[in-house]
Amino acid sequence: MHAAKHTLSPSLPAEPRLAGDLAIWIFILAELLAFGLFFAAYAFARAHDPALFAAQQEALNRNAGAINTALLLTASYFVVRAVHAAEAGRGRHGARWLLAALGCAGGFVVIKLAEYAAAFDAGISLSSSTFHMFYLSLTFFHFMHVLLGMVILGALWLNARRGRYGPRDMNGIESGAAYWHMVDLVWLVLFPLVYVIR
Amino acid sequence: MSPASHATADRRSTLLWLTLLAATALTWAIGEGHASGPAIAALLLAVAMAKGTVVILDFMALARAPLLWRIVLLGWLALVCALIGLAYWKGMP
Repeated sequence: MHAAKHTLSPSLPAEPRLAGDLAIWIFILAELLAFGLFFAAYAFARAHDPALFAAQQEALNRNAGAINTALLLTASYFVVRAVHAAEAGRGRHGARWLLAALGCAGGFVVIKLAEYAAAFDAGISLSSSTFHMFYLSLTFFHFMHVLLGMVILGALWLNARRGRYGPRDMNGIESGAAYWHMVDLVWLVLFPLVYVIR
Repeated sequence: MSPASHATADRRSTLLWLTLLAATALTWAIGEGHASGPAIAALLLAVAMAKGTVVILDFMALARAPLLWRIVLLGWLALVCALIGLAYWKGMP
């Protein structure tokens, strides 16, 4: 019956399915909870002193923030292409997309480090103001996730080169991809919150 | 999936990626224009929610996942943006 249905309508939508391992999704939920609490803490701390937050936010490098948003989004898009390639049975071809994603993530890291260097040169530290405490700790917490994401993308790239991913072997690449998209998703809230909303 | 549907999926992702970049440019331009106030804050949060929704449903492929997972992830995004909006409103003079 099931097989017959498939033959009759090959385009029938598949059963609902979580892309990737359940364990990585539980981990993602824990990460989202932590970032969510951090974002709310920032927002309510800002409510106590909007003038200070607006003045110090103004000194942030919005160009760097926007370029980094574009780099994370582009890395996410490349990861999607790598997953599609694996689904299509061209997992080795997908390795190139993963390498490109790693390149974008590396660009994010370089820009972020330059931003931190400029901030420290300007005398900004965790204790210089409530805003700076949040700016440094929140972005650094995210930065650590970008680094872990790069380790994961690197592992996916090595595996994809060895031809480990294909239509019947998607769990690894889907799990790693989900983690990377989480890193991107969190930044999509962080950028307007810390750099733009005033 | 057939080769044709793979090509369609790739095209769709490319369009969504370009849309996300355009939305990022909008957020950046609002920042550079030094626009402020509750309407602007609401617009920025709406843009963030729209971008996050694309990443959740399409990139994370939750559009094809069981409903509960979709609700949890989209609920997280909505709750976080609502809390930020509420805090913004509390901080208004």
